[in-house]
Amino acid sequence: MGKPRVAIVLGSTCAGCDYSLLDLGPTVLDVLANVELVYWPTGADFKLSDLESVPDGSVDLTLYEGAITNSDNEELAKLVRRKSKAVIAYGSCACFGGIPGLANVSIADDIMKTAYIGTWSTDNKRSILPQPLSKVDSKHLVLPVTYDTIRALDQVIPVEYYMPGCPPPLSYIEQALVAALSGKLPPPGHVFASERSLCDECKRTKEKKNLTAIKRFHEIIPDSQRCLLEQGILCMGPATRGGCKAPCVDNNIPCRGCMGPTPEALDQGAKMLSALASILALDQETGVSEDRLIPLIQQLKDPLGTFYRFGLPKSMFRRVIPRR
Amino acid sequence: MASNFEPRIVVFACNWCSYAGMDLAGTSRMLYPANLRVVRLMCSGRLEPEHILYAFKAGADGVLVTGCHPGDCHYISGNYKTRKRIRLLEQLLAQFGLEKERLRLEWISASEGEIFTRVAKEFTEKIRALGPSSLKQEKMFAPLISARAAGGGGD
Repeated sequence: MGKPRVAIVLGSTCAGCDYSLLDLGPTVLDVLANVELVYWPTGADFKLSDLESVPDGSVDLTLYEGAITNSDNEELAKLVRRKSKAVIAYGSCACFGGIPGLANVSIADDIMKTAYIGTWSTDNKRSILPQPLSKVDSKHLVLPVTYDTIRALDQVIPVEYYMPGCPPPLSYIEQALVAALSGKLPPPGHVFASERSLCDECKRTKEKKNLTAIKRFHEIIPDSQRCLLEQGILCMGPATRGGCKAPCVDNNIPCRGCMGPTPEALDQGAKMLSALASILALDQETGVSEDRLIPLIQQLKDPLGTFYRFGLPKSMFRRVIPRR
Repeated sequence: MASNFEPRIVVFACNWCSYAGMDLAGTSRMLYPANLRVVRLMCSGRLEPEHILYAFKAGADGVLVTGCHPGDCHYISGNYKTRKRIRLLEQLLAQFGLEKERLRLEWISASEGEIFTRVAKEFTEKIRALGPSSLKQEKMFAPLISARAAGGGGD
């Protein structure tokens, strides 16, 4: 048996997942020496034809980064599915849509108009928008079509494994690569992350949950020992899968939920909403009137953007109702 | 709006007050619309926001959440939790673009069969006037696909 054949492909991504691979340090050299890279355009000079030319089903493991935001991403996803024995949805975007998935609050036309016409720094007097097909002289120029609804990878092709995180934690990258090198990949459906919530691995002191005010991050300097949520800062920990070992909360930054919903949850945002509402004005909930409750709730400026920052395409509704 | 539209409404009822109130309406032969589908829970506090989203996704045009009056909860404070969750969920649903009138919270005690029938009638008429929910998935995605057929569709 030869070396395992590995491909690393990019959908709609910032390529931060690529950097996470480099975080392996010198280990990356060992990995590269023990695998046969079929395709990794950010790592070396690969062309799409390199991937197209290998036989179907001949790639042992593909890491797909990024969401599906346009026809190009979709074609690439379908191509790697054909070529690969196993595909990992690598990073939050591939797992649940990630930050690009927030585009599901809008539709493609509106996003294009804002990006190419509406922004202050744009000089576009003729209001030219990118077109899927344009004719210049006698030539046809083709651009990918941007979709109205952004999708996660498994909403386009079947996926064997998931490795959430923005970017995925180093320990799980190592675990997956070691498993692939030794030919001992876990059964399909495996998620390379913890089975418990982030709070389980957070080292802060948790005493009494009773929120009398929701504070925005610039309003206080949080105590570095106490639970952030108890201090009024919205931390997504209770509704978020662990495994990252809580580097953000260790640095006094609240969890934003990049590891996605906990294993049994159907909807990360609804779970967080439930947890947050339960502890609002808890010590006086019997007496709290609607007049007091509503302003307290309205201190949370953007529930949708906060609860679904990384997971809107995989949420229950998947997108905001488009206005027509 | 199509005149033959019959709203589908999911009702969540707590075992101790509201479900008993609905039972009273039934045994007293009070009339209320047949558009309601009742799901009994031990407490309105058992109801997770996930369940409400699920009901809307599955095609409910309206969701009615009922529980014991403040101070009457069999489990002391379940209904207070529910109230806070529903008020926050209303803000979230508005951001999703859903009319907030499609979600309603009512306190109904075991003796208030009459109030239940009034709420049921009112709510059904309200939803009938609003029309079918635009959250029904085929309505949400289908027109966008045809508009962008050139590239193979958004979803």
